Amino acid sequence: MQTPLIETVNLKKYFNTPKGLLHAVDDVNIKINEGETLGVVGESGCGKSTLGRTMMRLIDATEGQILYKGENILNYNKKQMKQIHTSMQMIFQDPFTSLNPRLSVGDIIAEPMKVVRNVKGKEAIRQKVQELMDMCGLPDRYYNIYPHELDGGRRQRVGLARALALDPRFIVCDEPVSALDVSIQAQIINLLMDLQDKEGLAYMFITHDLCVVRHISNYIAVMYLGQVVEYAARNELFTHQYHPYTKALLSAIPTTDLSRRGRERQLLQGEVGNPVNPKPGCRFASRCQYASEACQEPQELREVSAGHFVRCHLIK
Amino acid sequence: MGEHLLEIENLHVQYNTDEAVVNALNGLTLTLDKGESLGVVGETGAGKSTMALSILKLLPAKVGEITKGSITYDGTDIIAADNHTMRGIRGARIAMIFQDPMTSLDPIMTVGDQIYEVLELHFPQMNQAEKNQRVDEILELVGIQKSRRNEYPHKFSGGMKQRIGIAMALVAEPELLLADEPTTALDVTIQAQILHLMRELQKKYNTAMILITHDLGVVAEFCENVVVVYAGEVIEQGSVEEVFTREKNHPYTEGLFNSIPDLTTDVDRLIPIPGFMTDPTNLPKGCKFASRCSYCTDICRTEAPPMFAEGTHSIKCFLFQQKGGE
Repeated sequence: MQTPLIETVNLKKYFNTPKGLLHAVDDVNIKINEGETLGVVGESGCGKSTLGRTMMRLIDATEGQILYKGENILNYNKKQMKQIHTSMQMIFQDPFTSLNPRLSVGDIIAEPMKVVRNVKGKEAIRQKVQELMDMCGLPDRYYNIYPHELDGGRRQRVGLARALALDPRFIVCDEPVSALDVSIQAQIINLLMDLQDKEGLAYMFITHDLCVVRHISNYIAVMYLGQVVEYAARNELFTHQYHPYTKALLSAIPTTDLSRRGRERQLLQGEVGNPVNPKPGCRFASRCQYASEACQEPQELREVSAGHFVRCHLIK
Repeated sequence: MGEHLLEIENLHVQYNTDEAVVNALNGLTLTLDKGESLGVVGETGAGKSTMALSILKLLPAKVGEITKGSITYDGTDIIAADNHTMRGIRGARIAMIFQDPMTSLDPIMTVGDQIYEVLELHFPQMNQAEKNQRVDEILELVGIQKSRRNEYPHKFSGGMKQRIGIAMALVAEPELLLADEPTTALDVTIQAQILHLMRELQKKYNTAMILITHDLGVVAEFCENVVVVYAGEVIEQGSVEEVFTREKNHPYTEGLFNSIPDLTTDVDRLIPIPGFMTDPTNLPKGCKFASRCSYCTDICRTEAPPMFAEGTHSIKCFLFQQKGGE
């Protein structure tokens, strides 16, 4: 079997809070191959952004391994990390705060190259910046203007151009289109998919929008309170959902498809629980209509059919 | 034909800023009947919120200005109404739910008091015990235990705060509810709960509702009728069935549909609408969508299209003059 580009093994990230240990990411195992996209879905507070940041080592993991091409990057020192960061980049949700307001577009895109020195010489950098701007659909005249002069969609293009400056192999996309209007959202999604086709990039696409995730992903991980509760290939997940949470999530999405209009909705009661000092059992149990005594036991992520993993004891 | 509850005729609103005049609404026309639920769809800057603020006469003073048109609410001319009349309408007969539940509640007042305040203003004849009982009832109705009425907003989650916002809006049993992106800041499972609750309460009190949103899915599932707004104008209106079967649509509405990925059908590539939102400080002469439209012809650039109606479904585009015929 081919070594995945990036893989996490029992990855954990806990935060110390005055009230106890917050389990933001708990025992997450995911794999992403070159040229593929893993969609990570879940509601706010489920740990999907923390997972992305931990994999980038923007924050340090509590336990577990992050394997990049089979090597555990958690053991890397600063110098090695700087090297590996050229192949791993991130784009952020909010295009309004993730760009330095005091740098021009050209400088923002050039900055990573100046830090890592993968491209040397003013002329070479300038040329590369222009290539990147071209690739991301930014006209040349934006070179000298500042982020506040751009709208959300164009700012997100700048963020993407900056991420591509170091020729990465893997990009964590943390809700890159959530703040954008639908027509602009479509432009950015198309751009991301074109770049993937051309450069063979791997993406981890973090979002709460299941329609977008279905469109862009090869595999999907559904997260709930720090844990992956269901993990499968895209088509498999959208034809057979097993976990009660995945089912509820899918039924809650409003769609423009009129045939779904009269469907019976599985309305979830209550709200997402508290990730501080969670009980050992199933974390979804308090909102689950099938909850029973057995749910108090710790739940394992089990393979229920080839490549389809579910964390629920009810599924045989 | 019966009287409409709300009639907006050819409404023009502009914002006068130091740099330029922003034309937010450019001849918006719509009607709403008692008990009807109408979805208003459009992208950022289409003028959706300006419309809601105009109905309540809450446009920012000095900057926002209604330059043309009329708003008639149940026989009352809103534009001519004085402050006293408006105070009798706001909150009591037309209530509003805001997008951001985190900032639309008073942080230093308990949630019970905030709801009580509405009753105090609009029902002076009620005695204290009656008002208190009413607050308890409405809290239970939106799914919050009445024992929590003495807590402050920061103790509630986003979904709970939006429930309190709904309780405040509905406690006076208004005839019209304006909901401006009520679930945009919420997670999908919470969104489903809130929309479900709003629909049930709307049916219970027979309230008319205008649901402003950018989410086509929300409209498809929770409204009877829909208007699509672009650059301050209604460019398409009809029942949800007429608009969402996608047989005939305004090119802009078609563009919106093509931009969003769907849960059930596969597309290789999304088709975004080319270009950007029309600049509201510099509106074109003809159809405002012309520069982004792939069906654009010469007439579109020089002449603004009228509404072409077919039954209850109408579209503001010259294409349907030729096709429709009748």
